[in-house]
Formats: sequence, C-alpha cells, structure tokens
Amino acid sequence: MNAKKELQVSAIQNGTVIDHIPAEYLFQVITILGLDKCGNSVTFGNNLESKLLGRKAIIKISEKFFKDEEINKISLIAPHAKLNIIRDYKVAEKKIVETPKKVVGIARCMNPKCITNVEAVTTRFHVINTSPITLKCHYCEKITDLKNIRIV
Amino acid sequence: MDNKSLVSIDDYTKEEILEVLARAAEFEKNPNCNLLEGKVIASLFFEPSTRTRLSFETAISRMGGRIVGFTDSSSSSVTKGETLKDTTKMVSNYCDLIVMRHPIEGSARYASEVSDVPVINAGDGANQHPTQTMLDLYSIMKTQGTLENLNIFMVGDLKYGRTVHSLLMALSHFNPTFHFIAPPELEIPRGYKIFMDKNDIKYFEHTEFDDIINDADILYMTRVQKERFVDPLEYEKVKNVYILKNNMLANTKDNLKILHPLPRVNEIAVDVDTNPKAYYFQQALNGVYARQAIIAKALNL
Ligand SMILES: [Zn+2]
Repeated sequence: MNAKKELQVSAIQNGTVIDHIPAEYLFQVITILGLDKCGNSVTFGNNLESKLLGRKAIIKISEKFFKDEEINKISLIAPHAKLNIIRDYKVAEKKIVETPKKVVGIARCMNPKCITNVEAVTTRFHVINTSPITLKCHYCEKITDLKNIRIV
Repeated sequence: MDNKSLVSIDDYTKEEILEVLARAAEFEKNPNCNLLEGKVIASLFFEPSTRTRLSFETAISRMGGRIVGFTDSSSSSVTKGETLKDTTKMVSNYCDLIVMRHPIEGSARYASEVSDVPVINAGDGANQHPTQTMLDLYSIMKTQGTLENLNIFMVGDLKYGRTVHSLLMALSHFNPTFHFIAPPELEIPRGYKIFMDKNDIKYFEHTEFDDIINDADILYMTRVQKERFVDPLEYEKVKNVYILKNNMLANTKDNLKILHPLPRVNEIAVDVDTNPKAYYFQQALNGVYARQAIIAKALNL
C-alpha cells in the first residue's frame, strides 16, 4: 500500500479530523458527539500507534464543523484531542481541546443520592484534577473520577 | 441568590468561624433577646431529626422569632410530588430565613441557589451538617480556651462519619494534630489524607484504642454501626474494642474533654458520664448558642 492510496482512503475534502483520542474512549466520543446518529460520512481508525497515548483513535467527519461547546464535551475523556479543520483537502485551522475549570451540564454526578440525579438540576463540577480527570460535584461534594464519568 | 447561606462548613473562612464562636459566647451569656422580632423563620424538615430541630427551634424562640414549617415531609405537599425547587421558592416568599434538613445530598446548596432568603443547612444526607460542626468547635473553644495547636483524637466510624469530616476540615485552619482510631474498614477516607498532606497537617492512624489517648486534648467519639460492615464477623471483632470506659481515662490530661455528636448507643460506657471529662451533654446545649450566632450572621443582625 503506498502513501498516496492510504491518503485517498482517509482524506476528506471539507470537515473535521479529531486526532489523539484515547483508543478506549473512541466509541464514547462517537456517542457524545452524536456521530452515531449523524448523516455525514464518518470514518474512524482505532488502535493506531501514538507516542503520547500508546494507542489512539482518529475520527474524520465530512462537512461537519463543531461549535466549541460541542467539542468541550469530549475534553473530559479525551483531554489531549486535537482538531484539524479541513477545507479543500487542506488543514485550514487547528484546535486543541482544553479541559475547563468548571464543567456545567456535561457530565452526570456518580452519586445516586445527589440532588442532580433526583431533580432537574443542571450539573456543575469543579475540576480538581485534569489528568486523570477528577470532578467534584458542586452540590453533593462527592468526587466523580474518570472511570465513572457519564456524559449527559 | 444569597451569600449569607450556610451550606458547608467551608463556606466560612477562619475569621468567620471565630466571629460566629465569639457571638455564640455572647448568646450563652444572654440567650434571650429580640433580635428576630417580627421575623419568620421556616423550619423545613424533609426527614425527621428531633434533636437538631429542637435545637434550632429553641434558638429561634430565644431570639423572639416565629417559626413556620413542617417536621417531616409526609405531612407536606412534597408527598404530592412537588419539587424541592418549587417548595423552596414558595417558602422563600413567605419568610426571612430557611432552616432545612433533607435526605438528598446537595439539596441545601441547590435550595440556597433558588431561594430568595438565606438557607441554613441542617443536614443534607451524608454530605454536610455545618451547624453541628460549629457547635463542636464552640465546645472545643469553650473547654480548651483556644482552637489552636490541639491534639484531637477521633474514634470510631471515620469513613462515613460526616461530623468527623467537617470537623477535620474546620480545624485545619488551627494547626491541629490528629489521631485517628478506627478499624481498617472504617478508616479516614483517602481524600482527607491527601488534603492533610497538602496542607501540612500532622496526623497519625491507629487501630487500637489504648493509652495513646493520654495525649489527647479532645476525644471525639462516634458510633460504629453494624450495617457498615460487609462481613458481620468483622463487626463482632471490633464492636467492643472501640468502647470508652471510665478506667481508660485514669492517666489522661486534666484538660481532656470527651465529645460525641449523640445519640450514643454503647460506644461510651455509662460510667464515663459522671467523669468531669465527659462533655457530650453540655456539647448538645452549646448547639443552641452556636445556632443563635449562625442565624444572626445569616440575617446580618
Ligand atoms: Zn453530586
């Protein structure tokens, strides 16, 4: 397989390439971004080698440009993700995902007795550690760690 | 929204803790006053807690305030499915301050955000019970003359005991040395150890309850509950180890005081009660003065 052919398979004309997704979270990222339900052409590769992550995943979405708040949602599980905005086969813009200091309305509190799981309350967390991501609930003050993060 | 609410003990700075304790001492000298004249305080107890409720209601009555509310949610519209948000919003229209006890964790913080008047948390599930912490601090201050540089021994269920956790956080302002005495199943959670390490707070952990307590200025006892143990045999092994008996106090310091958030079951033998170092009943009375001071601060009086 030559390099040119490989590129033809994976290149997109316009859209977004999300790189440096931890391999184990590929399908969660797909779910969080709603890619399993979108009509655009989506290609992904998983378990690719990565110096940073060991194994990584890449997702390419044609004709799709994300808003910052949409992309912020994946920062909790893919804090090192990089976005390439592609226009006419060229990288027009690069973005990095940044872990916010506060996480509002994105994740669920893992404490079943928390008010946010009982009543319609927008969840709020303080990020007390970024790697691994550790969230402290603004309401019940319990810690939700990476293993237990569920996205709203 | 109102920043005068007291939801977590962390809502108070060190200065505010000391200010409230000084105010509590004034209320102890003159408990009856008219500071709350013309004011209506809502006492919303979504779950029963007679001890805490009576303490608050005594505090409010001694300050000349009037009380509305309910003592458990089965007699309120909550049973018809009304949300906490709606109950809080409605009640906050009627009154000047809300005292709230609720089984759901985080409920007090949420209520303080939707309420137009200050909210005082009288316990939200296993999360926070800051007025208990303030009465514990007041008891320590009163008996030791200071909160600084004390040897604090905490005994029993240190894993789930929210009074222990809040007291630990509050005392962290005052250069304490902690000794934790607990069975391995109920040891102090890792998060608190990380907190103490980060803040250079000295602490020691023990599983045996023996003459190391001779160093203690404060012995804070808590209940070891059977249902906390996965293996009932493990409970049988420890259940008698963590009982304080009068003869264990023979060589303890003169200034030692024994505290307990109450109710006690059997973790303090009855023969301790007559020892002058036993302080848990006075501790409960101190709760009225501490709550008077907290209410006065919440209302800026
Ligand atoms: Zn929570």
